Amino acid sequence: MRRQLAIMRQSLFDQGYLDEQFIELEELQDDANPNFVEEVVTLYFRDSARLILNIQQALERKPFDFNKLDGYMHQFKGSSSSIGANKVKAESTLFREYCRSANAEGCLRAFQQLKKEYATLRKKLEAYFQLARQTGPLETASRPK
Amino acid sequence: MVFLEGGFSSPRNDAFPAGLRVLVVDDDPTWLKILEKMLKKCSYEVTTCGLARDALSLLRERKDGYDIVISDVNMPDMDGFKLLEHVGLEMDLPVIMMSVDGETSRVMKGVQHGACDYLLKPIRMKELRNIWQHVFRKKIHEVRDIESLEGIESIQLTRSGCDLFDDGYFLGGDDTTSGRKRKDADNKHEDRDLTDPSTKKARVVWTVDLHQKFVRAVNQIGFDKVGPKKILDLMNVPWLTRENVASHLQKYRLYLSRLQKESDIKNSFIGMKHTDPPSKDSTASFGLHKPRNTMPDDVLNGTYSFSMSNSLAQSVDLKGQADRNGITSVPMAEPKGALSKDISDSQKTKSSQMSFDHSLGSVDSGVSFASFGSTNPSPYSWTDIPEIQFKQEYEPFQPENGFNQLPLPEPSMIEKDVNRSRTEVKPLFDEYRSNLVEHLSPADLVDLFPVQSKNQTLKNQVFNPISATKSSMKTKDISQNCLADSEFAQRNMNAAGIGVPLASLSEDLQICWLQGDGYPMNFALQDFECSEYNNPALIAETPFYLFGAPRFDHEHLLDPTEYFAIDQGLFA
Repeated sequence: MRRQLAIMRQSLFDQGYLDEQFIELEELQDDANPNFVEEVVTLYFRDSARLILNIQQALERKPFDFNKLDGYMHQFKGSSSSIGANKVKAESTLFREYCRSANAEGCLRAFQQLKKEYATLRKKLEAYFQLARQTGPLETASRPK
Repeated sequence: MVFLEGGFSSPRNDAFPAGLRVLVVDDDPTWLKILEKMLKKCSYEVTTCGLARDALSLLRERKDGYDIVISDVNMPDMDGFKLLEHVGLEMDLPVIMMSVDGETSRVMKGVQHGACDYLLKPIRMKELRNIWQHVFRKKIHEVRDIESLEGIESIQLTRSGCDLFDDGYFLGGDDTTSGRKRKDADNKHEDRDLTDPSTKKARVVWTVDLHQKFVRAVNQIGFDKVGPKKILDLMNVPWLTRENVASHLQKYRLYLSRLQKESDIKNSFIGMKHTDPPSKDSTASFGLHKPRNTMPDDVLNGTYSFSMSNSLAQSVDLKGQADRNGITSVPMAEPKGALSKDISDSQKTKSSQMSFDHSLGSVDSGVSFASFGSTNPSPYSWTDIPEIQFKQEYEPFQPENGFNQLPLPEPSMIEKDVNRSRTEVKPLFDEYRSNLVEHLSPADLVDLFPVQSKNQTLKNQVFNPISATKSSMKTKDISQNCLADSEFAQRNMNAAGIGVPLASLSEDLQICWLQGDGYPMNFALQDFECSEYNNPALIAETPFYLFGAPRFDHEHLLDPTEYFAIDQGLFA
């Protein structure tokens, strides 16, 4: 099971879902906060869901308020960077570019893509933590030095 | 550190930067959690805040409760840059901005608004580990500012002309020099004032006159109700901008709060804590500014808070001892030995000491005198100074007198000499200065003194001479205590940032004695401490507040290391 966990973890990095920041979080985990990473990730998904909703609603009001959209996305991007959500972050950057160039179509497309990546990441991390809980705390902090 | 209690509420002094008190402001809860954990890992004390206005109220609540603020740029209730401005103006704390957006324009804006750093998210641990440098840097600069502030104040004081000094307490070869220096400094300021009207970014030189106008305006408005705009209007200086006034006000507030702290500490500790011990510098200058590291063997604290050169203080101490009967002498006794040693070191610079020396004459510590020679005022000063000083105005409580006088070291001294003691003192001084607050009433002084006397803090560096005059000291016991006390005092002083921030003593103090020779004053204080008996009367008389540093704990014969540590503490 440990090996399974390690493989799962590694693939998240390899496939670009997660970046260095995730490792930083893992390193912060210690005896005082043994489930730190999971807590942070949970917090992220909970908070960012709110942001996604805001953007969604803003995209339903025509014409688009690009400034507002950009602002929301800026927040979302910042949040995503906290856990190292690599792909999600990339999509947010793209969305912001469309906002700046007032490209409504581009925004909508980018947003769809972003939501997909967001959902995928969520699923993967949920599975990961579930396995991690079963496996025991050791696995989570492992990282090739 | 015990001594630092008054001024430093947290134990951070001990192992700076550990215990650094950080306030993190970010509307993103995920980041808040992460940053909190990261900072805790750095052994910092973390407080998190999700809203800018909450952060501001937290900061306002505990003015001195945080060392540094880290804030996100984008927040719902308030623009991060606005918060940055507020913090800078009101609390003068270093602020680090954070953002996921690293665009040059944003970063530039941050810097323009006064951010001392701009971090890009995602933030790494290693970036947070070094944030203490901003706190440290600011402290150093603050000390310098306060020093210059003191310098200005002292110049003012000297200007007002101290009769006491006329006597030449501070006579000595250096006297004339200092006088000259003072004058030069003054002229320099004046010149700059004329030729450097504030323009966009031209640095405003707060000359004595300008500062005087400033303080007058502040007092007129009422310190509590003061605001940059009001002050600016009252000052009626056409080329001065609101920003200039705002930043100066900030510094001034800090200065005063330090004085206040100092006086608080002082009260708690013991009368006078002589300011920095290593009087080598003897720069009477506020002593606070003593270079941290250089704290000379505390002996000549003089420089320490009182800016009076350590030597002065010492000499005062010595004097005090001799005259005092015991108390003063006590501290001296011990320090004396030390003093002589130190004195020689510090002597070099202290002209003011010289003055004491002369006056001291009567010191029992004769010994010290001899050793100190002209350069080391301290030995003599102790005994002599107190005498002299007291003669002038006070009675037996010479030390007190000495202290009062000390506070204002010649402006030149402050500026130039500040030497080591100054630097070191600075950190403490700042703290104490603010404590002193503009007007230390005699009552304050009294408080200060008594404390000192208890401790025999004569030990304070300045008191070193005290030790020398051990023999002269009447009270042997006292000496013992003094030594201990002085050390303590020293510490306190240091911690307190040498309360003597003369400048803060408000221009009212215009005590001549501060004039630079200050030395005698310091000693007086020192003596004061040593001597168990603080003459309340004396205390009241002595514009103790001038010295601002009631804390002269003579206890410590501060040695450079101590000061350094203390300084650290200040920053912490």
